[in-house]
Amino acid sequence: MSIYINKNTKVITQGITGKTGQFHTEKCQEYANGKECFVAGVNPKKAGEKIFDIPIFGSVKEAASETGATVSVIYVPPAGAAAAIWEAVEADLDLAICITEGIPVRDMLEVRNRMKAKEAAGGKKTLLLGPNCPGLITPDEIKIGIMPGHIHRKGRIGVVSRSGTLTYEAVAQLTEIGLGQSSAVGIGGDPINGLKHIDVMKAFNDDPDTDAVIMIGEIGGPDEAEAALWCKANMKKPIVGFIAGVTAPPGKRMGHAGALISGGADTADAKLAIMEECGFKVTRNPSEMGKLLKALL
Amino acid sequence: MKIHEYQGKEILKKFGVAVPRGIPAFTVEEAVEAAKQLGGPVWVVKAQIHAGGRGKGGGVKVAKSLDDVKTLAGQILGMQLKTHQTGPEGQKVRRLYIEDGADIQKEYYISLVTDRASQKVAFIASSEGGMDIEEVAHSTPEKIVKIFIDPLAGVTDAQAKDLAKGITLPEDSVPQFVDLCKKLYTCYMETDASLVEINPLNRDSKGNIVALDAKFNFDSNALFRHPEIVALRDLDEEDADEIEASKFDLAYISLDGNIGCLVNGAGLAMATMDTIKLFGAEPANFLDVGGGATTEKVTEAFKIMLKNPKVKGILVNIFGGIMKCDTIANGVVTAARETKLSVPLVVRMKGTNEDLGKQILKDSGLPIISADSMAEAAQKIVAAVK
Repeated sequence: MSIYINKNTKVITQGITGKTGQFHTEKCQEYANGKECFVAGVNPKKAGEKIFDIPIFGSVKEAASETGATVSVIYVPPAGAAAAIWEAVEADLDLAICITEGIPVRDMLEVRNRMKAKEAAGGKKTLLLGPNCPGLITPDEIKIGIMPGHIHRKGRIGVVSRSGTLTYEAVAQLTEIGLGQSSAVGIGGDPINGLKHIDVMKAFNDDPDTDAVIMIGEIGGPDEAEAALWCKANMKKPIVGFIAGVTAPPGKRMGHAGALISGGADTADAKLAIMEECGFKVTRNPSEMGKLLKALL
Repeated sequence: MKIHEYQGKEILKKFGVAVPRGIPAFTVEEAVEAAKQLGGPVWVVKAQIHAGGRGKGGGVKVAKSLDDVKTLAGQILGMQLKTHQTGPEGQKVRRLYIEDGADIQKEYYISLVTDRASQKVAFIASSEGGMDIEEVAHSTPEKIVKIFIDPLAGVTDAQAKDLAKGITLPEDSVPQFVDLCKKLYTCYMETDASLVEINPLNRDSKGNIVALDAKFNFDSNALFRHPEIVALRDLDEEDADEIEASKFDLAYISLDGNIGCLVNGAGLAMATMDTIKLFGAEPANFLDVGGGATTEKVTEAFKIMLKNPKVKGILVNIFGGIMKCDTIANGVVTAARETKLSVPLVVRMKGTNEDLGKQILKDSGLPIISADSMAEAAQKIVAAVK
């Protein structure tokens, strides 16, 4: 098993005809069961055409009903990305994964609140991963997103992170010492997003094929602390934790829109302290995440 | 993106928020002329820099005559204004704002920010205006009230009244305050702001509510749809190297240490800086070359890092995914040659085409030190600069 996706997942690509969407759709198709998984693309202007043998539909709703797809991945440029997320939600998909970086915060605020209002009114809940994230992968089964597939290996360790390259770093360390991954999830670097550390930790806790987790965070926001407190009370599996940004100065946005120290409780030191209190094995040396995890097994 | 107080007040005025009359001035003569036009009898001469804490630093003074205005403008214009937000070197004052003196009875605080946890817009208000709000939050947290606004519904009268009650605003000013909250909220949303802060918000002796200061931050992701806000950008207030880097789509931030670092990905870049510190040195910068680094981009990144005279060594840390290690290796070799690199360079490469990349570095004949892990790379560069 794995979390959120597996080899039987059927995926729609929104923004499949753009340069980024095309490039990554091809890579995703080439990975493991990708040919079977990536079943539809969406572009209202190119409905009826095909790209890499994938049929293009005029809307997400149509693509879903024609192909049975339940997940979408979004490469739509920033100005239209929030609307693309909403289209996936209105089509009642299980999961929308938004790779797009640079979406205005106000657009994300509006779409997140619309999603919550829909759920509150009894509508179907669509999970959102991202935006500004690398996506997620279940090694040897399916890759949805922009991560390099070849560094992964099938196994029983979960990885969750806000940063793309830091996720790859953790994965490569695990693979190098012979530990494969159940799933690796990039939740993205934006301040207003969908799935958070706590949600992914809950999923890993419930996944019988995950034995332990590496949780990586960074400066800014309350999410890592929230996840740590939940883990303290509920998590049955060992966790290695790392927070990037010990050297980041307050008030400066460190590349990611959400990586900005703004209070005092959201510094790397404060987050590391609370994770340690909650039973995580934390490290200040990101090169030893893999080794530390192996020692916990 | 930040703007000046006088620009912020122009925006507030457009949204119907009451602000004192004022005129910006770039010279002493313009300041005196502005004062004449306003008529007095009392003026405030205010330094315009992007950092907060200007009053405490001596950048805001009251003038009671045109001679006062002239003297004060002469003193403030051109000064290196030091506040808790500028750093020890201060910020040079290039612009002034001449404003009508205010009839201050009681100062309050109000601001709007996006709250990550609730995914709503938060109003933060306090009866303790005119002070550093973080100080208030620390010493008297009970004097800060917060209200969360659902962006689908907007501010309701009841919410605004709750806020007024929370800061013990006298009853006769509540209708004006409710109106202010609605206007501020509209302003926050329509301008794609990430912060609007009015500190102090004044209640004058007649019970009128007036914004005496205006601090704005804007969401840089949304600037594409606000050319009118981009036009307010003042490059003199920003770090020259950061501006240069942004032209090449590089995320760069100057820091105080002596080891330059070039990394792909924001998280990995921070982790690299942290590792440098862990092994006893300090990073000179944050630099994310992003996902699509070309030889040109890497060369520019080297040039920007090397402009900093404090840089005694460089660490390159690349995780090749979609971006291949050999591409980066070629970029590094070209950059090192083009900049006639004379400080030690440690390169750590991992991922796609790692071996090819390492071979390119080796074959270049340049004295590049190779490393397998981030920790090893940091140890090697720290040793090399000692």
